Amino acid sequence: MRVTLKVWRQKDRASEGGFISYQLSEVSPDMSFLEMLDLLNLDLARKGEETVAFDHDCREGICGSCSLVINGRPHGPLRGVATCQLHMRSFKDGDSIVIEPWRAAAFPIVKDLVVDRSALDRIIESGGFVSTRTGGAPDGNAILVPKPKADEAFEAAACIGCGACVAACKNASAMLFVGAKVSQLALLPQGQAERKARVLRMVAQMEAEGFGACSNTSACEAECPKEISVDHIARLNRELIRAKIFS
Amino acid sequence: MDLNSRTPDGPLEKKWDSHRFNEKLVNPSNKRKYHIIVVGTGLAGSSAAASLAELGYRVTSLCYHESARRAHSISAQGGINAPKNYANDGDSVYRLFYDTVKGGDYRAREANVYRLAQVSGSIIDQCVAQGVPFARDYAGYLDNRSFGGAQVSRTFYARGQTGQQLLLGAYQALSRQVSEGAVQFHDRMEMLDLVVIDGQTRGIVARDLVDGKIHSLAGDAVVLATGGYGNVFFLSTNAKMCNATAIWRAHKRGAFFANPCFTQIHPTCIPVSSGHQSKLTLMSESLRNDGRIWVPKAKGDKRPPNEIPENERDYYLERLYPSFGNLVPRDVASRRAKEVCDAGYGVGPTRLAVYLDFADTIRRHGKAWVDEKYGNLFDMYRQITGENGYEQPMRIYPAVHYTMGGLWVDYNLMSTVPGLFVLGEANFSDHGANRLGASALMQGLADGYFIIPYTIGDYLATAKFKPVDTSHAAFRQAERGVEELTSKLLSIRGKRPVDEIHKELGTVLWNHCGMARNAAGLKKALELVPELRERFWRDVIVPGGAGDFNQELEKAHRLADFLELGELLVQDALHREESCGCHFREEFQTEENEAKRDDEKYSYVAAWEFKGVGVPAALHKEALTFEYAKPSQRSYK
Repeated sequence: MRVTLKVWRQKDRASEGGFISYQLSEVSPDMSFLEMLDLLNLDLARKGEETVAFDHDCREGICGSCSLVINGRPHGPLRGVATCQLHMRSFKDGDSIVIEPWRAAAFPIVKDLVVDRSALDRIIESGGFVSTRTGGAPDGNAILVPKPKADEAFEAAACIGCGACVAACKNASAMLFVGAKVSQLALLPQGQAERKARVLRMVAQMEAEGFGACSNTSACEAECPKEISVDHIARLNRELIRAKIFS
Repeated sequence: MDLNSRTPDGPLEKKWDSHRFNEKLVNPSNKRKYHIIVVGTGLAGSSAAASLAELGYRVTSLCYHESARRAHSISAQGGINAPKNYANDGDSVYRLFYDTVKGGDYRAREANVYRLAQVSGSIIDQCVAQGVPFARDYAGYLDNRSFGGAQVSRTFYARGQTGQQLLLGAYQALSRQVSEGAVQFHDRMEMLDLVVIDGQTRGIVARDLVDGKIHSLAGDAVVLATGGYGNVFFLSTNAKMCNATAIWRAHKRGAFFANPCFTQIHPTCIPVSSGHQSKLTLMSESLRNDGRIWVPKAKGDKRPPNEIPENERDYYLERLYPSFGNLVPRDVASRRAKEVCDAGYGVGPTRLAVYLDFADTIRRHGKAWVDEKYGNLFDMYRQITGENGYEQPMRIYPAVHYTMGGLWVDYNLMSTVPGLFVLGEANFSDHGANRLGASALMQGLADGYFIIPYTIGDYLATAKFKPVDTSHAAFRQAERGVEELTSKLLSIRGKRPVDEIHKELGTVLWNHCGMARNAAGLKKALELVPELRERFWRDVIVPGGAGDFNQELEKAHRLADFLELGELLVQDALHREESCGCHFREEFQTEENEAKRDDEKYSYVAAWEFKGVGVPAALHKEALTFEYAKPSQRSYK
């Protein structure tokens, strides 16, 4: 199949960017979206031109490296699928495909389609952990976790930290990302000791990084490759109120 | 050079305890005077950096990813072993030790494996305390399953995303230390050389991948936790950026490389579909617990699988191995799949695949039960192939997955260069010639949480350190070396992109040094690899410059190393004239087509010393002795 790509190219953080068009013939429907970009980059490299920079690594939908807003949607058209798991069979022969980086003030562009998501790491550093030291842990079965709680905590913990929730939100809010971690640790007995301090610190860090307020549109849930529920944002809000009132 | 494994004396079950007691300790108030550089943030690297910082050492951690959480450990699916015996089914530290040595086909060091089994229970406790959401039963207790090659239920899991959850636990522990200022962390920073001064490791040289600047980092010890080298084959289940550059450049600075030919082929991967394929996707072998593997009894049978009646199917693993059935070790399952396909029974468009069928399990337990256990794997299969594994059998084929070989380390996990420690998949230590399922996560975390925090202290407390900083001539020289290599790669301006040459290297190695090897093929590869390396240096094209974010340049550095490592891999495979574990030499097999070891001649670790590019490496041997797990012919009948 043939496709026309309109790809955002930007030399570095300070430079201005713009869309460049590329034509690709010989695209196979069985190719993954990123293999289609590999094909483009092989063509560019053969001509000695700079290849299109994009983040990717595991290509199995779990490392959270890949990003890309494809035709206006983070991770492209499929629900619950990261860009690396998207295949060209989701497109038609002759399609035009617009490819952009995540756009958010808190995610400055590094180059082309690559952005800097270290703001998410700094939110985790602010409190997204249980302060346990290596050694000293009691036997695993000394801490009982009822299965429904464990399952719900797992659903939240499945976040891959890709930032699609931020890219999808018109306010570039990180509420789903923060909510997922706060929720996971609030549900588990291990997270109780630091429960209040954690939510206060993580929300403060989120605001300091320049993420916007929740838009209440649930766009984040719709685009999350792991389909993490906005229920975790509701829990985040409850946790925050609880921490503020009862601290 | 004398290879001293520093294995402690005494009975097996007392070695680690007595070793810990005999080691020198660093005074708590002196720990902050020592600076440790940890390269890589997978399970081994993150857990090591966090644990060392908790002890009070000054730690610098770096990774080439944009975040520590993206390291490839995150992709591990199935689970992590620990002989907790929660299932009351006869498990013990000794049984896990025995299974691991046997599974590794008697090519691992007994004392290391026993220690691994000993500390594995603490890993589960540690991860639970961190809030890792392991699977639970309805009473709230931890759930276990049996996994690839084990007859007891000792595998702890978090759906099909165990690696992700364990890595996030370690990443969060690391994040806590970063926030406390105990760890200096650098993302998008790739180590490109090791700095050795007066025979001691004193730091590294790394490239900032965003602005291209070359940085020197000086320290008192360097810990490499940089993963395996499976991507030397181009197509593998490894993440795209996985590479051997850190360990290879350390090898060129004096660290011996052990058993490079021990490369594991994983039996349950999604088959290759076309030449554009960029990587292979593994599906957890936990699928073999409930899925049945078969091919049609008739050669070249083109009927859709659901139209092939039961009596015309050959469940070949169940037929050949009645007691282990579909749960035989990875190497055996892989080789049998290759054989049935080579014999013309393969299925799917390329005929290089076998069926993995869940129909029986769905009939017995229902679709919801299967979905609960394996849902994400069925989703993954559907996304990649466009087929529904609930309605028709999945197609699988073996793929390169894990490398048991790696830098040689002693019992303290120290390489042949003093002060250079190597953890996780990057070292060779615990899996012998074949790794059992759910043992990689166990080893990575054992090394990082529970071994290096003890053993590195002994080195720091006993070694003599002259003050060294990055102004030392050795750093200048290493920086210049990296800059010159970079300019050279950029200046060739040939015709062939990096990936194209990398694919060619992969094809040579897969064809001649893959699932089955023979002397003629290996000798051929020993001609082809150097020839390809020569073409790379003549004809590669690396667009862009040195001073900015340049992914082609990153790949070129890595391929330059793979082109050298590939040759060593073949040299090692050719020298080892026996079959063991994953290393299957066609000339050496039993009448039942199983690997035939030669314990008389090859019961040793082959540790190779770098002698120059294109010059054969020098072989050093560490003899292996088995006092407890007596070598026997593995039989899974």
